Amino acid sequence: MADVSPREALIDPLFNNNPIALQVLGICSALAVTTKMSTALVMCAAVTAVTALSNVSISVLRNRIPASIRIIVQLTVIASLVIITDQVLQAFVYETAKELSVFVGLIITNCIVMGRAEAFAMQNPPRLALIDGVANGVGYSIVLLAVAFFRELLGSGSLFGYTILQPVNQGGWYVPNGLMLLAPAAFFLIGCFIWAVRAWKPEQTEKEFHVGALFELSNEGNLR
Amino acid sequence: MQHSTGYIVGFAVTICLICALLVSTSAVGLKDRQDANKLLDRQKKVLIVAGMMQDGERLSRERVTSLFDSSIQQKIIDLKTGEPAPGIDVANFDQHILASNPDTSYEAPPNISKIRRMPNNAMVFDVIENEKLKALILPIEGYGLWGTLYGYIALAPDARTIVGITFYQHKETPGLGGEVDNPRWKALWPGRLAFNDRGDPAIKVKKGIAGPPDADPYNVDGLSGATITSRGVTALLRFWLSDDAFGPYLANYRAQAGA
Repeated sequence: MADVSPREALIDPLFNNNPIALQVLGICSALAVTTKMSTALVMCAAVTAVTALSNVSISVLRNRIPASIRIIVQLTVIASLVIITDQVLQAFVYETAKELSVFVGLIITNCIVMGRAEAFAMQNPPRLALIDGVANGVGYSIVLLAVAFFRELLGSGSLFGYTILQPVNQGGWYVPNGLMLLAPAAFFLIGCFIWAVRAWKPEQTEKEFHVGALFELSNEGNLR
Repeated sequence: MQHSTGYIVGFAVTICLICALLVSTSAVGLKDRQDANKLLDRQKKVLIVAGMMQDGERLSRERVTSLFDSSIQQKIIDLKTGEPAPGIDVANFDQHILASNPDTSYEAPPNISKIRRMPNNAMVFDVIENEKLKALILPIEGYGLWGTLYGYIALAPDARTIVGITFYQHKETPGLGGEVDNPRWKALWPGRLAFNDRGDPAIKVKKGIAGPPDADPYNVDGLSGATITSRGVTALLRFWLSDDAFGPYLANYRAQAGA
């Protein structure tokens, strides 16, 4: 991990090592906040900011954090950043923050943030950690926005609240797909996204699991 | 790398202090803005149910405040007596905070809207146009299928005819019960009667289609596929309009208006 170039740190999390599509982390918020583009966008900005800032803070402290309490230190830093983010959202984008309700607070438990702090920021200098944090946030955002695009368009006939397909109940022709507004739709869409990414990059497909696979994986350095 | 226990404790304390400082600074520094946002949000909801603003319409902060200040009067009342309750801060009034505090609330009478505690005080609004009362606005809430619906109802100066209804927060199924916020359904309400001739709450969301307001004044079309949400709306309206909630306030109002 120590010899990652800034370029790799920036590009990898977008598709090659996408936190949602490959690592399947951060799924619960991806289900909850993607019925509308506007909430998804604010959530993406919040998660990207928290991941980037937590990565930088942890990386700055990495040589001073005692190993025995490192997880709780990471958690304290992340929790503080999330509360600050929540306060900022309530002050500047109140209506969207209200719709996001508890899910901003739940960024604390988003495995992407802590995963990057523990797996990357603890071993890398601040500049690289910043790039990694932003890139992972953007990788998360790509999936969230793609899911939200389809859910809002097919579920409500609109994008960012602006009507694109005039729904029947407002006198138009489009019959909204109610399933898209329920949580399972996000699962289907994320599944399709993972399928598309793996069709494009077949090396992401997991090998059939047998006892030997664990050794193969660890030899290739893919086991996290 | 091994660290001494002293270092570990010192490090933990330092991190906690720095984080606490950052969190409290942001919370205190942004509080004014957040309070302003909450106030604006409440004003918008009231303007929407008063029909002075469209749902989803984007108005500037100044416009909302000037509309609200020029035509809406907010009052805090004592729920049990229906009399005005002076000396309570209007700006930061929050009925739900009152209801969750045992000192400022009382146990709700049995109801199927799953309201457990009633606040001692409630905030109601008068819509004034050209110095004449145009509508009374009351907050309403109650359980639907998945969660509590929160909204407002606006009554005409006769305190009987419905002028408008809105639900600004709910968890009902999108496309079924979630249609409570559909403008086309809400448009069915104005002109219907909330109370019958004896003054009892009579409005009902019926199963199926109601007639026009003149012929079928106490019924509103049910939401298809959302029987429980429809029942919930009926129940919460009956509760908040009854003597257990806004009944005394409306009785006082009628007595004054009739005199």
